[in-house]
Amino acid sequence: MKYVIIGNSIASAGCIEGIRRVDSEGEILLVSNEPYHMYSRPLISYWLSKKVEDISYRPKDYYEKYRVNPILGKKVVQVDFESKEVILEDGEKINYDKLLIATGGKPFIPNISGLDKKNVFTFIKFDDVKEIDKVLFDGARVTVVGAGLSGLKAVEALIKRNCNVTVVELAGRVLSSILDEEGSRMVQERFEEEGVRFLLENSVSEILGEEKVEKISLKSSDILKTDMVIFAIGVVPNVDIFRGTQLKINRGILVNERMETSIPDVYSAGDVVESLDLLTNENRVIPILPNAYMQGEVAGLNMAGREVRYSGSFPMNSIGFFDMHIMSAGIVNPSSNVEIIKRIEPEKKVYRKLYIRDGKILGFMFINSIDRTGMIVDLMKNKIDISSFKERLLSDNFGFLDLPKEFRKEKILGV
Amino acid sequence: MLERGYKMEIKSKKRIYPKEEVCIGCHLCEIYCILAHSGTKDLIKAFKRIDKPSPRVLVEEKEGYYITFALQCRHCDDPLCIKACITGAMHRDEKTGYIICDEEKCVGCWSCILVCPYGAIRRGENGRAVSKCDLCIEQGNPVCVENCPNEALELKDLEDLK
Repeated sequence: MKYVIIGNSIASAGCIEGIRRVDSEGEILLVSNEPYHMYSRPLISYWLSKKVEDISYRPKDYYEKYRVNPILGKKVVQVDFESKEVILEDGEKINYDKLLIATGGKPFIPNISGLDKKNVFTFIKFDDVKEIDKVLFDGARVTVVGAGLSGLKAVEALIKRNCNVTVVELAGRVLSSILDEEGSRMVQERFEEEGVRFLLENSVSEILGEEKVEKISLKSSDILKTDMVIFAIGVVPNVDIFRGTQLKINRGILVNERMETSIPDVYSAGDVVESLDLLTNENRVIPILPNAYMQGEVAGLNMAGREVRYSGSFPMNSIGFFDMHIMSAGIVNPSSNVEIIKRIEPEKKVYRKLYIRDGKILGFMFINSIDRTGMIVDLMKNKIDISSFKERLLSDNFGFLDLPKEFRKEKILGV
Repeated sequence: MLERGYKMEIKSKKRIYPKEEVCIGCHLCEIYCILAHSGTKDLIKAFKRIDKPSPRVLVEEKEGYYITFALQCRHCDDPLCIKACITGAMHRDEKTGYIICDEEKCVGCWSCILVCPYGAIRRGENGRAVSKCDLCIEQGNPVCVENCPNEALELKDLEDLK
């Protein structure tokens, strides 16, 4: 059996580890257009802030240990699904028995003029932060476009590197995908304390300058002097080489519960696929790291012949900025018909809010009160009726003693 | 290097089970846990350390209730913490099957805390890395079990249970 994996990140690790739980013999070949040992993309902001030097996701002997043959720094230009061949940029053809497409996401960049100027960056890959690091200097004026998770992680790193940061965001608030308005405001205030300036409901219409970026013009008609621009608006599935082939793609690649695509022996996982959102019962791209690993693992197990199904997921995030920590999951901006319970302690910057419907948790957001949150995610996942103890969900000390005894015993003793 | 024919299907063979009926809520398990992970054998020195380790066992108690029990990492067969870890710090020790966090590698993103269904992972001392039960991998036997005065913690061999 010959397995070929396109991509070298989290979903690929899940796949390799899934395959090797079942099949220790088969050949695994991995291709990536990046020249690096398997690393973790969320760590690039930590690298930029100099909190970590080593961003590898698995130990240096990983490929050897799992008997993976890596081809790094080469781009896949095409997959011939008929002849079951992966074609590289240098013309090399690699045949496969089972293929995993784990090409991840690519940055979304608006179509504006001046993108070709120097010092315009994206914020996804290791190369992005290496390039930023080369031109960064104390007091640099940096414009970050996008106040989402990766945009604000970039801002945090830049503040730690003594930059003057301005954030341009199309929405009226920060982190709008993981927080409600109240939560967004708390986070924005924390950044403002660090000297960050926010230009909300605004966007970049043009990048100006001779060779390098010198100024940007905004939708609001204002002109802003800046030394660098970093686009961190979001990611879209990286499916370019598969458009126009028989591979079924909506926004992302479509897969079944075994992470199989519409083409036999071709699997896909991670930020490039659409999968089941357990809360809305719809397929969509949920580009979060745990999903990528779990989908990759399910793909790998199935590729190696063990029938396993991916049960679906929902968005969830744990993210920290400076001394503030946020956890959020599920639906955070519900339309109607929901019960809201919340606790706010402004002086401690603590915020805890949950959305409940029919006795079940639909979503929550917690700021600076995050211990044991996994228990609440578990109640959501298993659709447990929380009516009898719902007020306790607002407590910092929520625990097993708040759960019905039978449930608690089954949970703790039954595993 | 992975031997041919050897499959990477490793699980922990041990797990600690709490007995809430006999737990007296004395917190000695937490004290012995802190001592065992403090790098000293002297209780006073361990507690005087500014960055004294957080206990890796958590005694739950609630006002108005007369039940308490202590809970550690379950060392799950299918561990969500490892899958959610953004750095690769959370991993399974290949020899024992225990789930261990490499505290040097951990950046404190707390993704493991977001997914652990047992709430068994805590933010560690100085808020940098996580703190979780390692079943006293370095000491041999879990000190919380050995020092529980009322035998409210029991280390079970999972293979015997099957």
